[in-house]
Amino acid sequence: MSLRIANQVRRGPAVTLSVDGQAVEAFAGESLAAALWAAGRRALRQSPRAGTPRGVFCMMGACQECLVRVDGQRALACQVAVYADMRVETGAAT
Amino acid sequence: MIRDPEILILGAGPAGVGAALALADHGVRALVVDSGFAAGGQVYRPMPDTFAPNGTPGLGPDQEEGARQRRLLADSGVATAFGRLVWSIGTDLRVDALGPDGPEFWRPKGLVVAAGATERVVPFPGWTLPGVMGLAAATILLKSQCMLPGRRVVVAGCGPLLFAVANAVVKGGGQVVALADLAGPGTWLRAMPALLGRPGDLLQGGAWMARLAAKGVPLMFRHTVREARALGAGLKVSLGAVDANGRPMRPARDRTLEADSLVVGHGLIPSTEALRLLGAEMYFDAEAGGWVPRLDDDQRASRAGLYAAGDGTGVRGAVGAFLAGRIAGLTAALDLGRIDAGQHARAAGPLRRRLAQARRFGRAMSRLMAPPSGLYDALDAHTVVCRCEDVTRAEVNQALESGAADVNQLKSWTRCGMGPCQGRMCGDTVAQIVALRTGSRAAAGAWTARVPLRPLNVEALAGDFDYDDIPLPTAAPL
Ligand SMILES: Cc1cc2nc3c(=O)[nH]c(=O)nc-3n(C[C@H](O)[C@@H](O)[C@H](O)COP(=O)(O)OP(=O)(O)OC[C@H]3O[C@@H](n4cnc5c(N)ncnc54)[C@H](O)[C@@H]3O)c2cc1C
Ligand code: FES
Repeated sequence: MSLRIANQVRRGPAVTLSVDGQAVEAFAGESLAAALWAAGRRALRQSPRAGTPRGVFCMMGACQECLVRVDGQRALACQVAVYADMRVETGAAT
Repeated sequence: MIRDPEILILGAGPAGVGAALALADHGVRALVVDSGFAAGGQVYRPMPDTFAPNGTPGLGPDQEEGARQRRLLADSGVATAFGRLVWSIGTDLRVDALGPDGPEFWRPKGLVVAAGATERVVPFPGWTLPGVMGLAAATILLKSQCMLPGRRVVVAGCGPLLFAVANAVVKGGGQVVALADLAGPGTWLRAMPALLGRPGDLLQGGAWMARLAAKGVPLMFRHTVREARALGAGLKVSLGAVDANGRPMRPARDRTLEADSLVVGHGLIPSTEALRLLGAEMYFDAEAGGWVPRLDDDQRASRAGLYAAGDGTGVRGAVGAFLAGRIAGLTAALDLGRIDAGQHARAAGPLRRRLAQARRFGRAMSRLMAPPSGLYDALDAHTVVCRCEDVTRAEVNQALESGAADVNQLKSWTRCGMGPCQGRMCGDTVAQIVALRTGSRAAAGAWTARVPLRPLNVEALAGDFDYDDIPLPTAAPL
């Protein structure tokens, strides 16, 4: 069962992102945090001191735990919308 | 967009929209700035414009009110600057932002701060694991992305969002493995008269409680999360009983459940960085969610040209935020000489009466959201308090024993609060721990607000510019 609730909404066009080199299906305009969450990519980085895995926590740009690289630039996954061929790297941003 | 707004409104949630509409009514040149891509704030965060709703969205009538406010704002002709993160405000009210076109700044005559709130999550072992998400955070996923936080979810914490989220999960086809509420049914019963004053509101916990019980969701009152552990791709969540003060009870009867996700939250904290940066007078009000600005009856803060409204001035909910925003806008129009005192009184009077009513509801809601103090006593030594810097309770205690007397000293000794979230996630917990020693939150103090208000490099996404291009404004007196 998908985490995307089907009966409440008609989503935009399907797009494919590359996440750490692997293809991930998502929908144009969807929050990157949501797209990664639905794909089961929940660990997005490691905490610098203890090295423990971290992921989406606040969904509002406050906690900074969803920091990834998008087309080479650091970005908060919960604050950007996905587009076709977006290149995402997890674990690479500090 | 306009270059020279008379009034700049920080935040396009209901409070900011209310202010914008009032200013437009009186011909004031206003600009609304928000880091989001549309108006609505946290409560009315819209779906992406590539989405078309075709059913009843899981979180109910709020979608319509959000759409109505966005329409009113567009029709008002007030200028908007979305996708802009405000990172600095100078004492001369120069407002600096970073957005898709790079750095921008404005020098308004007046500033309405309508920055909203952030979520509070009281730490427990395992709260940093991927798969553990805030309760308010889950509302964003549900309402703006139409996405479940998990297939099998444990919902825990306190306040009306517990039932709103659990209900939306069930409606969306997910399973709520358990709902653990710190409050007991008696707490809810006592709050009911005030809550029922607003029928149809998202936060009417009572009706949902009944619906969830009917669907067989285990409602565990007076329970809390003891611990979460990773289990394969999911989680193992231990829940246990607490007394009325949130202190652990009957540990032998703790239960451990398997789930995909844990959604947990303990209320909201007003976002006051911008106000503190400007040296606005603040005071601590536990019931309003934390430190709040001292405002007069017309939403003026303690310095000329500075106004504030909404949950960033004390958590009172979306309806109150909109009304207070309107009053703030009217007052700014009055101070600019666009209306006289009589006009102001005639327009603000009825708004104030409705605001008093909304605040009654808001206060009942905030009381339900406030975490009991025993939760902090129960925080064990190994638990990470500061997520960014992995500072544990034991390290905080050590700094206190060595003589750290307030939160700012504690910060420089432990690095707690120095990480990229700038203390947004740990500040309230740390202050609560310091207060156990100093005797009060007022004595524990609040972290000094600093520029940049948010880490910048993260947001500087699309710009073709250098950091050297960003002019450093004069710092506010701290
Ligand atoms: C994550 C979250 C989810 C919530 N969900 C609900 C819900 O479903 N139902 C409900 O009744 N209540 C909800 N609330 C409570 C919420 O506080 C509402 O009561 C309401 O949104 C408050 O309105 P407001 O206008 O005061 O602030 P908000 O709606 O929070 O609006 C503040 C706006 O200011 C912007 N902002 C803040 N700082 C900056 C900056 N530095 N630069 C640029 N923009 C900035 C934000 O992007 C935001 O859009 C939620 C709160 C949170 C934190
Ligand atoms: S999830 Fe907290 S900043 Fe993105």
